[in-house]
Amino acid sequence: MIPTKTAYTRPESIEEALATLADGARPIAGGMSLIPMMKLRLASPASLVDLSGLAELTGIAMDGSDLVIGAMTRHREVAGSALVRAQAGALADAAAGIGSPAVRNRGTIGGSLAQSDPHGDLPAVLLALGGSVEVRGASGSRTIAAADLAVGFLTTTLAADEMIVAVRLPGGAGRSAYAKFHRRAIDWSIVGAAAVIRGTTTTVALTGMAAVAVRATGFEVIVNAGGSLEEAARHAGDGTRPAEGLDGSAEYKRHLAGVLARRATEAALAR
Amino acid sequence: MATIEHRPASGGIGESVLRKEDAKLIVGQGRFVDDLVLPGMLHAAFARSPFGHARITGVDRSAALALPGVAAVLTADELGIAGGVPCASNPTGDTRQPRQPLLAEGIVRYCGEPVVMVIATNRYTARDAADAIVIDYEPLPAVVDGRKALAPDAPLVHGQYPDNLCCTLRHETDGFEEAFAAAPHVVRSANFNQRITPVSMETRGVVADWVRASGEVTLYTSTQVPHFVRTFVAVINETSESKVRVVTPDVGGGFGAKLNTYREEYLACAASKIVGAPVKWIEDRSESHNATIHGRDQHQQYEAAVEADGKIRALRFRAVQNNGAYLQLLTPSISHLTVFMVPGPYAIENISIEVRQAFTNTTPTDAYRGAGRPEATHGLERLVDEIADELGLDPADVRRRNFIEEFPYTTSVGLSYDSGDYGTALDRALELACYDTFEERRAEARGRGRYRGIGLSSYVEVCGLAPSAVTKAIGISAPGWESSTVRMHPFGKVTVITGSSPHGQGHATSWSQIVATELGVPFDDVEVIHGDTAFAPYGLGTYGSRSLAVAGAALYRSVQKVKEKGRAIAAHELECSVDDLEWADGRWSVKGSPERGATIQGLATSAWVAANLPPGLEPGMEATTFHDPPNFTFPFGTHVCEVEIDPETGRVEVVGYVAVDDCGNVINPMIVEGQVHGGVIQSIAQAIFEETVYAEDGQLRTPTLVEYQVPSAADLPRITSDRTVTPSPVNPLGTKGIGEAGTIAACPAVVNAAVDALSVLGIRHLEMPMQPHRVWEAIRNANPTGAAR
Repeated sequence: MIPTKTAYTRPESIEEALATLADGARPIAGGMSLIPMMKLRLASPASLVDLSGLAELTGIAMDGSDLVIGAMTRHREVAGSALVRAQAGALADAAAGIGSPAVRNRGTIGGSLAQSDPHGDLPAVLLALGGSVEVRGASGSRTIAAADLAVGFLTTTLAADEMIVAVRLPGGAGRSAYAKFHRRAIDWSIVGAAAVIRGTTTTVALTGMAAVAVRATGFEVIVNAGGSLEEAARHAGDGTRPAEGLDGSAEYKRHLAGVLARRATEAALAR
Repeated sequence: MATIEHRPASGGIGESVLRKEDAKLIVGQGRFVDDLVLPGMLHAAFARSPFGHARITGVDRSAALALPGVAAVLTADELGIAGGVPCASNPTGDTRQPRQPLLAEGIVRYCGEPVVMVIATNRYTARDAADAIVIDYEPLPAVVDGRKALAPDAPLVHGQYPDNLCCTLRHETDGFEEAFAAAPHVVRSANFNQRITPVSMETRGVVADWVRASGEVTLYTSTQVPHFVRTFVAVINETSESKVRVVTPDVGGGFGAKLNTYREEYLACAASKIVGAPVKWIEDRSESHNATIHGRDQHQQYEAAVEADGKIRALRFRAVQNNGAYLQLLTPSISHLTVFMVPGPYAIENISIEVRQAFTNTTPTDAYRGAGRPEATHGLERLVDEIADELGLDPADVRRRNFIEEFPYTTSVGLSYDSGDYGTALDRALELACYDTFEERRAEARGRGRYRGIGLSSYVEVCGLAPSAVTKAIGISAPGWESSTVRMHPFGKVTVITGSSPHGQGHATSWSQIVATELGVPFDDVEVIHGDTAFAPYGLGTYGSRSLAVAGAALYRSVQKVKEKGRAIAAHELECSVDDLEWADGRWSVKGSPERGATIQGLATSAWVAANLPPGLEPGMEATTFHDPPNFTFPFGTHVCEVEIDPETGRVEVVGYVAVDDCGNVINPMIVEGQVHGGVIQSIAQAIFEETVYAEDGQLRTPTLVEYQVPSAADLPRITSDRTVTPSPVNPLGTKGIGEAGTIAACPAVVNAAVDALSVLGIRHLEMPMQPHRVWEAIRNANPTGAAR
């Protein structure tokens, strides 16, 4: 629980932050994952650039028909936002259930997506909602679609000198909800499901079923063909090979995926 | 139920006075070991074994020694200490006690065993240096399961013991087999009381200050037993007991894990002597999962011979206790406490017990809140429910039919229960739990897709440890008495020094209440100090729900001595006989003339002035008592739990909990209720959440609080707590102890409730912890078509 020696800066402009990143610093947002990893010496960054001084990275607003959320917006603000609740119910659900109140007060939407923990809730929510992240780096700005962000366990397509500055969710996302299962209130999800209903199309993405968030295609195909939720639930985990561990077998997790996909879809339908 | 009085009327016995020790803790003015800073202090860190079992083939310290700020890098060779961590328990007379060296000598026997100690100028450098040490290991076969360790051809934890057996506890009543054969039914039950990890908010920590010029050693340590630590430091570190001072500042929880002495306490003293500076070591949270004792880990098998009405005629109990790689202070005695509690509150006259204790490549097990008694209660209360289930009886009726009803009662394992009223506590618990209307709630829950169940647990525990002749007889080489000093100051204020050093129990408040009532002084005029061997009389410590029953009795007797001295002075001043005086409201006064009298405070002043004392009476108003209890105490009660289970996820949720406990007379109802709440949730945690898991090769799979599932308030129910009061006859306060009742009672109530909930599916047993995936698998296996959804 004793981290290695680390340099630390807290810039007040994005340009300054990007310059520090270009020098090899690792960005730290809420620190809810990175600090414990450092204390366990699973991460030993030589220097940290703290993004908490960048006021332009916070806030929730409409940009045309899109909902745009600053990367440093805390989970508590996301969970409590009427705008998020109206435009992206699944995100409001997920943000309200992350960790403990202390974690929600510190943790950020951008940090959570950049961390890309397979048991973190937000990647599946972003995937189901068809969102994207806006990224800035030394070489300029770009947008990464949810499906292209995470590539593996704690691994994204962000370059070392890039950082997420905002999360963009497309307008007209329809009704959505997130359902998760975890053992203790403060735990990561064992499995989670984000369901989005646009017109007659249901989209479901799953947390905890692979190294990255995945679509529940087996579930979607059946529901979108008019099948029952019960029938769809039996196929929600088709093709997945979730990790076995102290939190259960792969079979259990595939079962949970079905239960949660169904529950999330039912909750979205009720909205 | 307790009500909290913000300003006590008198602060006397029986009031829910707010704890006087809390204000400083709440505002951050507590002083824990890690708050201490001594001039020139250095910091320690350890390189610990990453293997469950391995031979050390080389240690390269050069990279660590090259780091700026590193003062010393010590292996067993540099220490040159012949002794090992002591075990004070030999319950069989031939209990094998392997030496536990302070640093590993050639072989490591569990993951986390310390191999090299680093001393550096700060904690970060010490950690960096420990990580820079290169230790070559040759991994050896490991065994982590107690039953497998006792099987033929198991890897040997200690080469000199060819069967990994530490000792075997046996007890059988005469004519057991005949009695067993005579009953018409046999009911069998098996349980694994899983290994769990004590998690106190404050981990362990020490600061050792060995002054080479004088030979004086001061050791600040987070412990439940400062005097034990002093005694054993003197032995292991080879100095005089009078040279060693052990100071225990505020302690943030212990739960039995700090009823121990540990390698790091001896090592810090040795290192301080070597480097000539104070040495601090604070256990980090992950380190604590390996380096501090674990609890439980007992496989149990029961066979009960029973009558058709559920009356238990004979009981056979077989168990394997996993002791871990070494013995800590009381390791072999913990399952001995299980033995004493096998018959529980029931009149089971024929009994046969065998407990085999195994060495394994795991962290040693020792006392964890309840210490052997939760294991006994869990197995027995599961068995009673299985008897009720097999015979088609109400579990409450089976308990009633088997309860001991006449006291004193000598049990089939030889304890003398002095008092009890088990049926009344059971009836009260059932009433508070609305047992009669439970089926309505079960049906309502089923309508919501949930399975609801109700479970009982009746218990008796053995507390107030312990009569010293008994501790000797059961193979514990430490006595069980306790000490107190009551000192009245010149203006009548009172200082109490207690030998029982607390770690969160609220001694300062309860002790003040006793003095306020018995001496008639204001609650706020009493200060309670403890935990410094330099000024406290020898005390045995705080464990085994003993403090109020044993140290409280010691305090009571010191107060009476002071009061009697006051009486002698009052008689002298009032020119009457001591027999003419009566005591009321803190005053001695002449019978029939209440205006002629003196307050105890005034008499304390007289004792200090000392100008007009009775001939032969010493000045000063102070008394010390060493109290050895004549018997244990036997708290009891019944808990009732209701759970709901979501069959889709397997989650078990406790939705109702009633605890009716009888801890005798109560000094502070709020503190008692807090102890019940804490104990119950720790036990619900064992029933549903917590489990310490080793991989087959000895790796700890639950090394952080992510994997090791300590629940938070959000996961736990509201608890209804009530009491019956059957005063203990063995101490003048009539108190028994309440610290462990919750952990002893709750596990089986929760598991019985869950099994009851799922019994409609044919489920008869669930292993702890009842984690969702396990419960879901049990449901699926019972109902493979999935009809239970």
